[in-house]
Amino acid sequence: MGHSITVTVNGEKKTAEVEPRLLLVHFLREKLRLTGTHIGCDTTHCGACTVLVEGTPVKSCTMLAVQADGQQVTTVEALAAGGTLHPIQAAFKQEHGLQCGFCTPGMMLTSIALLQEKPDPTEDDIRWALSGNICRCTGYMNIVKAVKSAAVQMKTAAATPEAATAAARS
Amino acid sequence: MLPAPFEYHAAKSMDEALGLLDTLGEDAKILAGGQSLIPLLKLRFASPAHLVDINGIKELDFIEEGDGTLRIGPLFRHKAAERSSLLASRYHVMADAAPQIADPIIRNRGTIAGSVAHADPSGDWGTVLLALDAELVLRSKSGSRTVKARDFFSGPFSTVLEPTEVLSEIRIPAAKPQTGGAYLKLERKVGDFATVAVAVHLQMDGGKVGSAGIGLTAVGPQNIKAEQAEAALRGARLDDATIKEAAALAADAAEPKADHRGSVAYKRNVVRVFTERGLKRAYERARGGG
Repeated sequence: MGHSITVTVNGEKKTAEVEPRLLLVHFLREKLRLTGTHIGCDTTHCGACTVLVEGTPVKSCTMLAVQADGQQVTTVEALAAGGTLHPIQAAFKQEHGLQCGFCTPGMMLTSIALLQEKPDPTEDDIRWALSGNICRCTGYMNIVKAVKSAAVQMKTAAATPEAATAAARS
Repeated sequence: MLPAPFEYHAAKSMDEALGLLDTLGEDAKILAGGQSLIPLLKLRFASPAHLVDINGIKELDFIEEGDGTLRIGPLFRHKAAERSSLLASRYHVMADAAPQIADPIIRNRGTIAGSVAHADPSGDWGTVLLALDAELVLRSKSGSRTVKARDFFSGPFSTVLEPTEVLSEIRIPAAKPQTGGAYLKLERKVGDFATVAVAVHLQMDGGKVGSAGIGLTAVGPQNIKAEQAEAALRGARLDDATIKEAAALAADAAEPKADHRGSVAYKRNVVRVFTERGLKRAYERARGGG
């Protein structure tokens, strides 16, 4: 039996009829065609499918779409709204924080949640926060560098009003 | 991967959830954090006809201490345990275990009670509750009963929980002064199940051990309470000889199986070493250190 759900995805209310067994990741990719959220392992290990639910990183392959009813979901597609890269995206580009790019959306969303909680993380904080996101290319060194660099950028941005607006958008 | 089809019920209250379980019986499963259940559904190791989601019942997310008891609700998540200053200051074995559960993203959703009810022999919280001598409140539509953690587990992924019951509360004896604990876990990588883990909870009474709790993870068909080691510690001075004896008894209590994580002898030895280290760390903490 279908359930009607309304989920606020990247700021827009989306209403759909879904089967209870539909996973959040399939709702995002197949119903909404937001394919930036990747399916890596399908077994709750890799973190490629990480999205923010009410601002908290969640493996979207391990949550039912019906459970997101009435909630806010943020995917990688929201980051460069307006065509300007989010500081975390700019930092991943600048620091070569990606090789094949498959894990990158999950890495970036987990990083954003970390930086909102700890704007000035240590290397340990970053490694700890990202320990549920696996990079098959093993590009961890540059991923950590990118998150550090984004932290600096976002702090600097927060000090100037127009940039603060851009950072707050995330 | 898609789970087999099921009906979904978002319960608004515990009474509603219990009513649904009463009607649906074995066809229904409670969905809390879902971090073990949803993978099982996807792999089709489980295919219940009905899921009763309790995530909307916000009052089930609680931790409170009073009247000599620490009470934890069914929606209290690993992440909240990891950040709890109450656990960090007085329930060290829980504070140690919390950040070692799975990985940070899973900890955002998974719950302690869900993990305990799942009863994976490699699960960490059951072991911690055995060391703490916790009680579990099992509630159904027709009433509730309380069982000791040691009587709760009945085998791999098996407990005495009836299909119509919910694990509605975890009760832990409130930490007395001079209490310390530790949880030591060996894992090959973040997010892997434990190769071996040991939980220690120690309450000192002057210069002697008042009571000691020791739990073992991943070295038997269920989480194990090392009762002979606990008995050897009770009333004893915690010198090196006592620690060695208790660690040897804990290693004897383990029933490990050889697998890709290690041989029987290796795992048993890790139990011994971790019990020694855990007792020393717990003792330090009971004395106000580390």
